[in-house]
Amino acid sequence: MSDQVGPVDPAAAGPATVAKKETEQEPPVSFSQSLRDSILEGHTATVIILALLTAFVVGGLLNAFTNTMVLHAWGDFFSDPGHALAAAWDTAVGAYVEMFEGSIFNPHTVAALFQQASFGTAVHDGYLSAVFNPLSETCVQATPLILAGLAVAVPYQAGLFNIGAQGQLIGGMIVATYLGYGVSLPYGVHVVVCVLGGFAGGAVIGWIVGELKARTGAHEVIVTIMLNYVMVYLLAYLLSFGYLIQAPHTTDEITAPIAGNAHLPLLFGSHLRINAGFLVALACAAGVWWLMSRTTTGFEFRSLGKNPSAARVAGMNVERNWVLVMLIAGGLAGLSGATVIQGTDFTLNFQSYGTYGIDAITVALLGLGRPLGVVLAGLLFGALHAGAPLMQVATGTPVDMVQVLQGTTVLFVAAPLLIRSMFRLRAARAGGVGGVMSKGWNA
Amino acid sequence: MELELKGITRRFGPLVANDRIDLSVAPGQVHALLGENGAGKTTLMNVLYGLLQPDEGEILLDGKSVRFHSPRDAIAGGIGMVHQHFMLVPVFTVAENVTLGIEKTRRSGLLDRRKTRQDVRELSRRYGLEVDPDALVENLPVGIQQRVEIIKALVRDATVLILDEPTAVLTPAETQDLFRIIRQLKEGGRSIVFISHKLKEVQAIADTITVLRRGAVVGQRPPDTTEDELASLMVGRDVQLRVSKEAAKPGAVVLDVADLTVTDETGRVWVNGVSFQVRAGEILGMAGVQGNGQTELCEALMGLRPTASGQLTLNGHDLTQATPRQRLHAGVAYVPEDRQEDGLVGDFSVADNMVLDTYDRPPYASGIRLNLDAIASNAAERVKEFDVRTTSADAPVGTLSGGNQQKVILARELGREHKVLVASQPTRGLDVGSIEFVHRRIVEQRDKGVAVLIVSAELDEIYALADRIAVIYEGKITGFRPPTVPAEELGLLMAGATESESAPAAPAATPEAEQ
Repeated sequence: MSDQVGPVDPAAAGPATVAKKETEQEPPVSFSQSLRDSILEGHTATVIILALLTAFVVGGLLNAFTNTMVLHAWGDFFSDPGHALAAAWDTAVGAYVEMFEGSIFNPHTVAALFQQASFGTAVHDGYLSAVFNPLSETCVQATPLILAGLAVAVPYQAGLFNIGAQGQLIGGMIVATYLGYGVSLPYGVHVVVCVLGGFAGGAVIGWIVGELKARTGAHEVIVTIMLNYVMVYLLAYLLSFGYLIQAPHTTDEITAPIAGNAHLPLLFGSHLRINAGFLVALACAAGVWWLMSRTTTGFEFRSLGKNPSAARVAGMNVERNWVLVMLIAGGLAGLSGATVIQGTDFTLNFQSYGTYGIDAITVALLGLGRPLGVVLAGLLFGALHAGAPLMQVATGTPVDMVQVLQGTTVLFVAAPLLIRSMFRLRAARAGGVGGVMSKGWNA
Repeated sequence: MELELKGITRRFGPLVANDRIDLSVAPGQVHALLGENGAGKTTLMNVLYGLLQPDEGEILLDGKSVRFHSPRDAIAGGIGMVHQHFMLVPVFTVAENVTLGIEKTRRSGLLDRRKTRQDVRELSRRYGLEVDPDALVENLPVGIQQRVEIIKALVRDATVLILDEPTAVLTPAETQDLFRIIRQLKEGGRSIVFISHKLKEVQAIADTITVLRRGAVVGQRPPDTTEDELASLMVGRDVQLRVSKEAAKPGAVVLDVADLTVTDETGRVWVNGVSFQVRAGEILGMAGVQGNGQTELCEALMGLRPTASGQLTLNGHDLTQATPRQRLHAGVAYVPEDRQEDGLVGDFSVADNMVLDTYDRPPYASGIRLNLDAIASNAAERVKEFDVRTTSADAPVGTLSGGNQQKVILARELGREHKVLVASQPTRGLDVGSIEFVHRRIVEQRDKGVAVLIVSAELDEIYALADRIAVIYEGKITGFRPPTVPAEELGLLMAGATESESAPAAPAATPEAEQ
């Protein structure tokens, strides 16, 4: 083996080569050259983009061939083949167009804006807001996904596989909600207290996982999965008894609404739902980037993730780092829960946690465990979620399409070899993305 | 069967891994392929085994040109390969492993286990392999597993057997056994291609030695060529095989280990009441066959493994209960036995690996903030000082050759303040040039007044470096000797002979030692 590595490594080639390397600068590589190389070599980012593309194609096909109209058209394929193809194409593309209009930009809203008598009334009546509403919704949907995605990405960098974003998120929701309706604080302070409470609520759940792993060696994957169940049923329990957190005078499993002071401030007026939670998510992503790449703590986390035994030999306290990393991860997931409660939902019911905690794994995977990647992946899935309702209304495509897209994307991202062979890419040099899935079990 | 390679050229991008290589192996001959890591030995053998296709040149079998598109073709052509890393299924028996892929079935379609077992027994007897066909592979020592690989090749009618660095994983005794087997195979008319970078072994076993350097054949020599000549052919310049050093001037005791006992979770005793001292400016060489508690001793010295009893002091400070970090800070430099597993983070850059245990201290950090500039300039300096051959300090350390990886570890450990250097198997797997470098640095440390403990399974290394030799056997130190001690006496101590028995050349090991 060493001989194979050798020739590729000029270091082994002897003094003459090295001397040349030192005196001679590498010739500058043109942009198109490097672009071509990166596509051909199958860098992980390329694989991700191709995986997304493939998922959309597969999703489109699935959509087209489960549509009754299209199927009827195919029944008449031999008499009118053009119609069958057109119907399939229209259905698949139509759904994506509506999704785009629901999540990024809808030309109809601009037309409506220009039909108004004056700009002043247009702004006042919310026509301007309507133009930006899709983007606002995308950001709103992306906020919890980014935060929970970070909660999976940070432990992943440290070699731990956090499946428990869901449970940690519920922990954050419970605390944030309780502080939201249960205490009375001035504006500003209340928001911050609830957000911090959300962080703490999630951090406690994460800390339990880290502590168990550090003290007993319990595998974090098992512990987090089990804690997810514990938290889901704990929430249901808390909501079913009037004297706990259930709203008074009701039999519904729901809490009282949180105080107005605890709402996250809206960023662009009352017509758009985008709120400060989105800024919290971006700030956390930046913070995670700084933590991981610029601090001694991040250095330890990354060492631990890449080679725990070398980290131990180098004097790092592996167990303490496990606890710390799970505490931070839990806190981020808790924040995610807090932004849902304080930004959009304002009450907590037995389904508030949705699928954020599970989607978070997808987001972290797609984002390669890196903060910027998580933000981009979070925005992408946020857009899918934001666009889905319009797609359903306009084309009759079920919103579940989004889950299919999400699922197929992950499938292709987790199978880089498949993508590489489909697009005839050369093997990537660095470790592939596929390691993400198996890593948790091997660590 | 006569095997001939003509003008084999294989490129990887701009790199020429094999440059017009000619090689011919006569029947019943052991042909050694000698070269440093990265000289292109393994590439050449992968071409021969059908794992890689040559860009130019041809392979001739008995004068007929053949093309191997896969190992299957090569095996059909009578070529067998024993890889450095064995390709065995641990939970299968020897017979099952041997038959895997060419399972013989009875008429009913069931596996013919009896036939396979017979084949294994028969081959085992003919070549003195002594392998039990029913043993589970996972229970076998490494040396026997290697024989299973050889049987696998023989069962597939290999007439040319390629052994890729076969002794890298063997103890000296196992190596001798392997040589005996190779000679028997040779007498049976098979040809052996023996790949190695170890001069002594090549001299001992080969009929012809072909030396490769940077992908090209630089010479062919008979086995009676001197070691110095082979080494300089291999490296391309004159090499000093034995580091010159002056007599040690030992100072005060720095490292004092008293009655140290180390057990594992299952209660097994790995280190049993070991006591020794290392003085400033001397090298204590700890000799012993692998697996006699050296690994555990080193880990206990570093605080990576709890000690059951005993005491460890450094310049009089008790470190018995200290954490690994406290020991590093107290001035212990440590070169671990397994550099890839314990010494380096392969995916990290050379620069990051240079501060792997100092990243949290100034100038590399202020508070929790890393000072990337300081880390980069430190790396630039050390890369120059230790002549680390890398494209840049930002390259992942895993892409470097073994010798350069070891230089990175040495640069890191010797770069911070230290009073003791503990180096375990410091040159394992390194080529001649790197060994020379590492040995020179270690002697340099001694001359600077550092107390040095070298743990090595290679007697050559112990003799080359040690000012005093301690021998470890089954977790106990069986004796201390000066470096002038004859190798036979050390061998006896390594086999467990006690003080009184080894002093006057005792006949054999004690019955106790044989257990």
